[in-house]
Amino acid sequence: MSTTTIPTGVKWWNGGRSPFNASYGKVMMWYFLMSDAFTFGAFLISYGTIRFSQNVWADANKVFDSAPFIHGGAPLFFVSIMTFILIASSVTMVLAVHEGHKMNRKGVEKFMIMTIIGGLLFLGCQAWEWTHLLTGEHFALAANGGLEGLNTSVIHNPWGQALSSTELSSALAQTSPEVLKNMILSHDHSAVLNGLSADQLLEKVNEAVAAGHLHVTHPGPIAFGGYFFGITGFHGFHVFSGVIINLIMYIKTKLGHFDQRGHYEMIEKAGLYWHFVDLVWVFVFLCFYLI
Amino acid sequence: MSEQAVASPEISYVNHDTGGTKRLWQVFWILSFVTIVELIMGFGLAKHWYGDPIKNHGFILFIKGAICILSLAKAYYIVGVFMHLGSELRNFRMTIVVTLVLFVWFIIAFLSDGNSWKNMRNTRGHSMPDETEQVAPAAKAADTKE
Repeated sequence: MSTTTIPTGVKWWNGGRSPFNASYGKVMMWYFLMSDAFTFGAFLISYGTIRFSQNVWADANKVFDSAPFIHGGAPLFFVSIMTFILIASSVTMVLAVHEGHKMNRKGVEKFMIMTIIGGLLFLGCQAWEWTHLLTGEHFALAANGGLEGLNTSVIHNPWGQALSSTELSSALAQTSPEVLKNMILSHDHSAVLNGLSADQLLEKVNEAVAAGHLHVTHPGPIAFGGYFFGITGFHGFHVFSGVIINLIMYIKTKLGHFDQRGHYEMIEKAGLYWHFVDLVWVFVFLCFYLI
Repeated sequence: MSEQAVASPEISYVNHDTGGTKRLWQVFWILSFVTIVELIMGFGLAKHWYGDPIKNHGFILFIKGAICILSLAKAYYIVGVFMHLGSELRNFRMTIVVTLVLFVWFIIAFLSDGNSWKNMRNTRGHSMPDETEQVAPAAKAADTKE
């Protein structure tokens, strides 16, 4: 892909030149990213180890099946939008680097702004998803034998195996009317439940379960929430710091610092960091959503 | 112009691609296409296209492995083209790629460790037959009756 061919027989290690034909800053950015790759790798492999050690794990296609204005039944939809946002912002970043090589300040500014917007959109999507999981209620078997509404957090995981029909009927018999009301309201927000007897509520819940609107489960392994929020949070923090770095690079471009310096290598180094964030997302997406 | 775009006097040869952006867009379309294939294969996992999760366990594992390999292909294009590692000197490339080979051991060792914990727990340290072999299909049968 490079247009300049390096002649053979160059003595790289005789001094006076960079043996890697790259600046100190760029080489060290690569080594920082390599150590960061091991950090992310350790997190993801730890997640894999715990997942392999459990008989049952949360089914990603049930946990992540919603999007703004879509209440369930759409697995992979929202996360595919997030993935394409990151791929698109990666392309605008590499185009900014390309314009930098050509010393085209206007071009760099345009593509940096587009990259920053892509990063902010991704963070917005992640904020929505976290809010949805942390505030949404899902009904699981409680220690007292009845059902309870649980959110998905680092201390609650309602995404275990589905209850069998016998387990469900005995659990429903011990569930309080308040929880039954919440179960109906969780899929039918406009249901009018005032004055209904406990038996009538029970009948409505059974109807909703039979129609597939309500999924009642055993609690799942607690570790799921910790790994999900920990790893996507660590990745989200990288996206956030990447947006800040890109913003600083945009301002420095705008002020003409790189034109004065005679090269746009800082854009290249910020680009390495941004592409790394996209690279990590490939594996977070793989491990949490796809498989 | 590109002669001036050198960050330090120790850099002998400008390694920049000052040509067109054709290759970059080509990689964008490859990444998008591979992602769509992954999504279709993953959607199949959600909709049980590959049959019963317990009976066809081996085939589902094969599909998941194929998705992993597609993700590695995406990583190759991002690192090689977007991060320009493909145009760096071979010596520099090797300091990064060879180090990352540690992941091969890392993944095999830890995932098999997790799997071993599961087997130990299910069989009380190999002193009992695997309980899940009998429990899981029974629970499954009760579910389908609903």
